[in-house]
Amino acid sequence: MSRTFVGMPAFPAAARAALADTQLRHNLAHATGVIRAKRAAVVAEVENWEELRLAGAAVKDRALRDLGTHLVDLEAALTAGGATVHWARDAAEACAIVATVAKAHGVDEVVKVKSMVTQEIGLNEALAEEGIAAWETDLAELIVQLGDDLPSHILVPAIHRNRAEIREIFLREMGGAGRPAPADLTDDPAVLAGAAREHLREKFLRAKVAVSGANFAIAETGTLVVVESEGNGRMCLTLPEVLVSVVGIEKVVPTWAELDPLLRLLPRSSTGERMNPYTSTWSGVTPGDGPQEVHVVLLDNGRTRALADDVGRQALRCIRCSACLNVCPVYERTGGHAYGSVYPGPIGAILNPLLKGTGDPQTDSLPYASSLCGACFEACPVRIDIPEVLVHLRSKVVDGHRDDTVPKAEAVAMKAAAYAFSDARRLAAVEKVSGLAGRVLGRFGRATLPGGRRAAGRIPGPGASAWTSARDLPAPPAESFRAWWKRTDGGRR
Amino acid sequence: MRVALMVTCVNDAMFPETGKAVVTLLRRLGVDVEFPAAQTCCAQPMVNTGYLDEAVPVVRTFVDAFAGYDAIVTPSGSCAGSARHQHALVARRSGDPDLVAAVAETSPKTYELSEFLVDVLGVTDVGAYFPHRVTYHPTCHSLRMLGVGDRPQRLLEQVRGIRLVDLPSAEECCGFGGTFAVKNADTSVAMGADKARHVRETGAEVLVAGDSSCLMHVGGMLSRQQSGVRVMHLAEILAATETAQVRG
Repeated sequence: MSRTFVGMPAFPAAARAALADTQLRHNLAHATGVIRAKRAAVVAEVENWEELRLAGAAVKDRALRDLGTHLVDLEAALTAGGATVHWARDAAEACAIVATVAKAHGVDEVVKVKSMVTQEIGLNEALAEEGIAAWETDLAELIVQLGDDLPSHILVPAIHRNRAEIREIFLREMGGAGRPAPADLTDDPAVLAGAAREHLREKFLRAKVAVSGANFAIAETGTLVVVESEGNGRMCLTLPEVLVSVVGIEKVVPTWAELDPLLRLLPRSSTGERMNPYTSTWSGVTPGDGPQEVHVVLLDNGRTRALADDVGRQALRCIRCSACLNVCPVYERTGGHAYGSVYPGPIGAILNPLLKGTGDPQTDSLPYASSLCGACFEACPVRIDIPEVLVHLRSKVVDGHRDDTVPKAEAVAMKAAAYAFSDARRLAAVEKVSGLAGRVLGRFGRATLPGGRRAAGRIPGPGASAWTSARDLPAPPAESFRAWWKRTDGGRR
Repeated sequence: MRVALMVTCVNDAMFPETGKAVVTLLRRLGVDVEFPAAQTCCAQPMVNTGYLDEAVPVVRTFVDAFAGYDAIVTPSGSCAGSARHQHALVARRSGDPDLVAAVAETSPKTYELSEFLVDVLGVTDVGAYFPHRVTYHPTCHSLRMLGVGDRPQRLLEQVRGIRLVDLPSAEECCGFGGTFAVKNADTSVAMGADKARHVRETGAEVLVAGDSSCLMHVGGMLSRQQSGVRVMHLAEILAATETAQVRG
């Protein structure tokens, strides 16, 4: 994957381009609709789902509250189990550690388990610069990698592609990366999966080094857990001699027992399945079985920054299920690329600013990429109150501009509104003017709204034209409610 | 019981008929509702855009206007949600313990209209008559922030003459979202277009909801599309009777 999200425009501009792509809109509406229905059905089967959500959130909160202790415990248990533990402050340090391990074994390729964190740190690009090819082995990641594309969903990174597009990518690109797709390839999903299996098998059998992430890291036993559907992860985790796992420090779970609610919440929330097909766990090195050299890179990369935010830290509970993406009406229409990050959707809109900090225009646009409808919070298996964090982050964005020498038009408007709304007499004066304006606008308006009100028609100016380009706006009434109440004593005279 | 009408800034300035309908309805049910003239806005536009400092004087105005009432009734799920769930945040930001205390008084006394009717007055049949084909859109904040549940539907089901039809994908956001409608206008319109399409599919004459701002957005699209569907606030339908029809 050579394309990156670096240099993406702010959300509104990126969304505008995505909204114009009717094929994308169709693919997304279909795919998110299917996953939404599957999730809803399997969640409804669980009688105590709300209790399970509370239990899952509590486990993650316990882990985060005493993160330092759990991480030290994790390191000790991993080391005792024969693993080598590395600590990485940021993406560059983590990538360098993985490259060093790979180079120590003289390899020019690694196989990869699907992992969000390695995408977050740009590992494939960093390894490519060192002359090491990183092969994605998850089917959807393979589609994205072969297509020189970018992931647009946490769980289903090629959700923006339909099977006809996937067939074309396989036919065109597989030969350049290894075993070519058969010439008679159809767009039947089973046939496409078969071609991917053949293509990947030679890589699994050849690779000396594998790279993974981890869904959970159990401090008590030094056990990493990978949850997956395709079995490609199991291949990567067992066949190669060397395994390097990059793990965000928020993935720690204090004890084995506390894994229970999380393993029940995750598959139902992500793929809409009662259980995921493969759950792999390993605790360091097992002599004679599986990789004989095991490395674990514990990564910060902004997580301690997020942890320091007393409202935002709940985002570190995220188990990357992507339920919030699938229920989000914004995501469904714009797709994931508009968010300019490997973490798109509602969780991306909070996670990116929390990890990176606010201040960059693209990052600062993300907390506003939401209508605050609350569907994400309702779906989140670990009860992250995403709307609350969005509003909190908006205030951080605004506060970051409080010392601007030239304030934004929005800031001026908000100050003016606050002035008018701080005194009812001022508001009444504004309404009197708007009533007059309404009479004028109504006279020139092109339409009568159903029900009798005059429409104001298309109005120039930044805010007003953004509204009236596709929506009629009623002309303000001649008399406000408060003026009516005063004139008629609340309708009594 | 002293009951105050919190009409909301949107209804005050743009949709006064909604406020009048609440007054008509509550008086018919024997509630002598007052309109504290010092009220302005719930401060949600500032809070949800990130302007917490600007929200402080607005929340102060709110608690001053509504101090001492037993119930504050508002024809808006969103503004009720703001008063109940956001005022405490703004008060904390102010660092003023008096404001924190005042908000703790007014927040729990704030009711969205359907909550006040069903939970406080204990009525679902409000004696309304509205002989039209109607579809109901549950607005996000009433549904997911306040949890009004099926209270609006229970009220509508008791309206004489009404034909209620289900709205497909009813619980999906209409795309208004306050300043989202302008800051992300393209996405907002894309969401609104789907909502308007679902409304037209029902064949309803009237789209009803508990928030005028959402209705302004969807209604603006339905109007631009010359759909002929009109939008009405829940209060207007509940206020309508055989003798006093609202907007024909």
